[in-house]
Amino acid sequence: MASPTHAALAHDDAPPELRHHFPDLAKQREASSLGMWVFLVTEVLFFGGMFLAYAIYRETHRRAFEGASNLLDLKLGATNTIVLIVSSLTMALAVWASGRSRKNATVLFLVLTMLLGATFLGIKYVEYKQKFERHEVPGPHFVVPQDEETHQPLPRQSEMFFSLYFCMTGLHAIHMIIGLGLVSWLVVRARRGEFSERYNTPVDMVGLYWHFVDIIWIYLFPLLYLLGRHTL
Amino acid sequence: MSTSEPVPAVRPARPDYLNASYGVRSWLLTSDHKRIAILYLITVTFFFAIGGVAAALVRLELLTPAGDVFQAETYNKIFTTHGIMMVFFFLIPAIPAVLGNFLVPLMIGAKDLAFPRINLLSWYLLVIGGLIALWALIHGGLDTGWTFYTPYSTVYSNGWVVVTAVGIFIAGFSSILTGLNFIVTLHTMRAPGMTWTRMPLFCWGMYATAIIQILGTPVIAITLLLVGAERLFHLGIFDPAQGGDPVLFQHLFWFYSHPAVYIMILPAMAVISELVTAFSRKPIFGYKFIAGSSIAIAALSFLVWGHHMFVSGQSVYAGLVFSILSFMVAIPSAIKVFNWTATLYKGSVSYQTPLLYALGFIGLFTFGGLTGLFLASLGLDIHVHDTYFIVAHFHYIMVGGTIMAYLGGMHYWWPKISGKLYPEYWSRVSAWVIFIGFNLTFFPQFIVGYLGMPRRYHQYPEEFQVLNVMSTAGASILGIGYLIPLVYFIWSMRYGKDAADNPWGATGLEWQTPSPPPTENFVETPVVSGRPYDYATGREEVALG
Ligand code: HEM
Ligand SMILES: [Cu+2]
Repeated sequence: MASPTHAALAHDDAPPELRHHFPDLAKQREASSLGMWVFLVTEVLFFGGMFLAYAIYRETHRRAFEGASNLLDLKLGATNTIVLIVSSLTMALAVWASGRSRKNATVLFLVLTMLLGATFLGIKYVEYKQKFERHEVPGPHFVVPQDEETHQPLPRQSEMFFSLYFCMTGLHAIHMIIGLGLVSWLVVRARRGEFSERYNTPVDMVGLYWHFVDIIWIYLFPLLYLLGRHTL
Repeated sequence: MSTSEPVPAVRPARPDYLNASYGVRSWLLTSDHKRIAILYLITVTFFFAIGGVAAALVRLELLTPAGDVFQAETYNKIFTTHGIMMVFFFLIPAIPAVLGNFLVPLMIGAKDLAFPRINLLSWYLLVIGGLIALWALIHGGLDTGWTFYTPYSTVYSNGWVVVTAVGIFIAGFSSILTGLNFIVTLHTMRAPGMTWTRMPLFCWGMYATAIIQILGTPVIAITLLLVGAERLFHLGIFDPAQGGDPVLFQHLFWFYSHPAVYIMILPAMAVISELVTAFSRKPIFGYKFIAGSSIAIAALSFLVWGHHMFVSGQSVYAGLVFSILSFMVAIPSAIKVFNWTATLYKGSVSYQTPLLYALGFIGLFTFGGLTGLFLASLGLDIHVHDTYFIVAHFHYIMVGGTIMAYLGGMHYWWPKISGKLYPEYWSRVSAWVIFIGFNLTFFPQFIVGYLGMPRRYHQYPEEFQVLNVMSTAGASILGIGYLIPLVYFIWSMRYGKDAADNPWGATGLEWQTPSPPPTENFVETPVVSGRPYDYATGREEVALG
């Protein structure tokens, strides 16, 4: 801009993180966090469509769903739940550390969060692979599985259970991958020392997102793995 | 705080957002909400033109009873293209993304929207989504109609369902991000003194629209994703053969798509509230009721989706409840109409072009809304469901309502947007041509639909021809009516007279800054100290609302 306008003058002593259209950092932070919450509301409705489908079909095809649910690997699912909960803790610690200008601790906690997130995806990969090998993936290669106890074939609608299983956990996994991308972006910025007591909004916002994705899993795990289960 | 710079001897042209920088890059990478609004304007005009061509082809086929121009399948692809382009890529973005983008920050005294770069991103998403969908519709073709009903869309259709759905999915994020941006902006960026009840009604309308955008759009996104997954991977979520339920699709689809009709009409109502008060030179009647009814409509709109499914096999009890709730939507809608009328009453009304459009809106919207009540009646709907009566109903609201308001708003704010005046004579001509063309096109459709002509067929019995010829004739007039403003708006950018900062003598912060506004909107952040629409009437105002 050639000649400084009134607005530009007013911001001469403004912190570098302040975007020109906000009066101060507090307002800017308020806007970011409201924006993030609104975004998370849209995410709730996005997943909501599938939760609705699950709720309805679980009711109409109860036996098929319970039988198919028994075929999921409870140990892997439970491990993943723990992994994610711990990752939420490390993420929260990263937010805490960044807000206290502790650069090294911030980087450490962010990297730990990424490792835990990657572990989750690794375990998910193992689970998916099992399903492929056992022909439990819906579609032309699907083979109606047998009930674990009675060794009778499950009702045909067990395929629906796996349809929903893959849609829901698949979309969750995509959110995890996006989360990993966001956290690695934070690592780069944290190493450059961009976050401090004055300004750690990005860490805070990605933190909210990360917790949200965890919470989705906290609902998926009991719905898919635990409800109506009769063997361990 | 004054700058001590000397005033240059020869003042350069006043810097505004249009001449602040030049070149394609300065537009494609801009984060100025006003420039992004212009980008949207060009984009939605383009999609409107495509949708318009498809509409012309539909009317051409229906000129004669025999299916003589297109084959049935081609005809299906054409009306699908029309519906998808008009709904998802024109009507939904039109008023919020063009006028809303331009005006919301100006009206509340802000320098920009809260997230300027997300604003630009949302434009790119619309363009990318629109081009993908357009490519799919033209290159591959899609014959499901804009409603994608299963199991036709998932199992039987040979069209490019998945690619089109991807396009709409992407554009959906554009809509979500626009809504998100408006909500955050209106919450956090209002100028000092601009309390919620001092906010222009246009902003209230945008706020209500934004709520629907963020709550509804994710549901259509996941629904289309599931349709796509079902086609690609043979999942069975909507497939009865695998225990799925096609009616679930309809529930999910209309859970978005009924509220979506309010994404299209609430912004139009928002525009009308501004126009009516500006041209009757009176404070708006019942400010709080109009603001509140926008929110009430947004809330109720999520509770009536089942009125599209009266004949789908949903339970009669559900039908009953949806019917009653649909009648209730009429209440806040009527509140608005009555308040506008009361504002006009004893106002010093000047019949300038924007008001002509606004009056057109009020009449046509009322007509469309009332026929909505016919449709919300369980028994009557069985007779007219899937007939041209429905087509007439929603065109009265979407075309007679939303497009009228959009054009009215474009005329009203054009001096602000472009800094130029449009030609008065031609603008009046266009308003009349559009009004006449519109009624000639769609009124006969009420009759022909009531007589039993179903929608979505390329041929029809002989006895319906007269009404269809009228409709096609009207459509031709309407098409010309739309071309006239397109021509003179472009013409005026070069040859139009320079506009004053406040050519209408209107209230509102957007009129207190130069036309066109500078990039930062206001040289000094305005401070608001009074009610909106403070038109001096000379007589004591009847205090209400
Ligand atoms: C008082 C308010 C309204 C009521 C009670 C109402 C009622 C209805 C009903 C019951 C139907 C379904 C008819 C059927 O398929 O048998 C319908 C269809 C439709 N309405 Fe409305 N409506 C209202 C306002 C609106 C508005 C504001 C818009 C658009 C801006 C709109 C757009 C549509 C569309 C697009 C359809 C047809 C969808 C399709 O099947 O393709 N309506 N309306
Ligand atoms: Cu509806």
